[in-house]
Amino acid sequence: MQSFDYARPSSLADASELLVRRGDDAAALAGGTDLIVQMEKGARAPALVVDLKRVADLGDGIERRDGALRIGALACLEDVARDARVREGFPALAEAAGVIGSVQIRNRATLAGNICNASPAADTAPPLLVYGAQVNLFGPRGRRSVPIEEFFLGPGRTALEAGELTESVDLPLPNGPTGSAFCRLARRRGMDLASVNVACRLSAAGELRLAFGAAGPTPILVQDEGEVFLKDEATDALGARLEQMAEATRPISDVRAGEDYRRAMLRVLSRRALNTARRRLPESE
Amino acid sequence: MSSSLPITVTVNGRERRLDVAPNETLLAVLRERLSLTGTKKSCGEGECGACTVLVDGRAVNSCLMLAVEADGRDVLTIEGLASGDELHPLQEAFLEAGAVQCGFCTPGMIMSAVALLATNPDPTPAEAKEALCGSLCRCTGYVRIIRAVLDAAPRMRPVGNGTHN
Repeated sequence: MQSFDYARPSSLADASELLVRRGDDAAALAGGTDLIVQMEKGARAPALVVDLKRVADLGDGIERRDGALRIGALACLEDVARDARVREGFPALAEAAGVIGSVQIRNRATLAGNICNASPAADTAPPLLVYGAQVNLFGPRGRRSVPIEEFFLGPGRTALEAGELTESVDLPLPNGPTGSAFCRLARRRGMDLASVNVACRLSAAGELRLAFGAAGPTPILVQDEGEVFLKDEATDALGARLEQMAEATRPISDVRAGEDYRRAMLRVLSRRALNTARRRLPESE
Repeated sequence: MSSSLPITVTVNGRERRLDVAPNETLLAVLRERLSLTGTKKSCGEGECGACTVLVDGRAVNSCLMLAVEADGRDVLTIEGLASGDELHPLQEAFLEAGAVQCGFCTPGMIMSAVALLATNPDPTPAEAKEALCGSLCRCTGYVRIIRAVLDAAPRMRPVGNGTHN
């Protein structure tokens, strides 16, 4: 690894100020499972690494806050995957967090880091999209909150401005009964990046939110509504509706999968995720 | 910011004060400064698990952690498991099950298993496999490795006449 300076600010203001002052020379470090690999390979060579783990205002907790479940920027993926409130209320996120890398990776990697790295294949992105997550940011101009669907701008690019840091991610508690699920295709079960991934949330009123990962330059959210999604029947009508929703995707061919294969698998995973989400809808009446 | 940073880290129960460079990994410090070469360096990018150690009780890839990040933390390596000549139950189980072939992955496998059994004293085979999936064995001795972990589990539970913790 090339040499660099190391800073360990204790406040968000100091961390942000350092990132503004050093600009592209600086890199923020949380879990390090992307950054340190990139530095080892020479893909990134920051002159300054700003370690965020001792910033007092950045928490690693998961807590109920104002009608939402708030996940602190330093919460690691293993804690997200195992948290009872996440598993109960946001199972697609628990499932996605739990398949990333290995236990060793998940004990370091953070949810905030997963979205800030902005890989089109990031497994936590589709669940956050179907749950309508809000990303809470701190920056030189204060705090702001960005809907997750406006957060991803392209591969490795986010809505974060110079000196801005993710402080937490809020998962709004749904208004009514919903069922949700995450499905992923990878070349092997463990330790692989997704070839494609899909998250689904279905409300008891038939509102369907689907989000696709590794299916375009950013994760993609699409929505539709209809009785057809609530029926446990593989009809042509359902197929056509799901097909229509998948039209928003723009998969490419790469080392993990070809474009056509991705399209075909997105259809399969959408149906699987929908079926699981429907089964998870609480019994009504 | 400086080129040399003082850290205090507890390694295998012993407090160590070291000056580390920002770009030194925890793995490098363990192996090259503290001569704890049981922790192996292989892929250097978190894929193989040979460098697995416990930090504050949790399994991590020491190649993906800067040494300076370990400041104030508690690190356990394979060298910290045996007490004197008495092997840790997992070490014994690995020997008995023939779970050690070339041995290169063994320290990482055992450290992952230590972390697993600390939180899940009675894992299913599937849970044991999931806990160890971040460690690669290129001799492909996985069957006996998983058997060793499952064999060790009852020996480590604080019930019956077990003599181990």
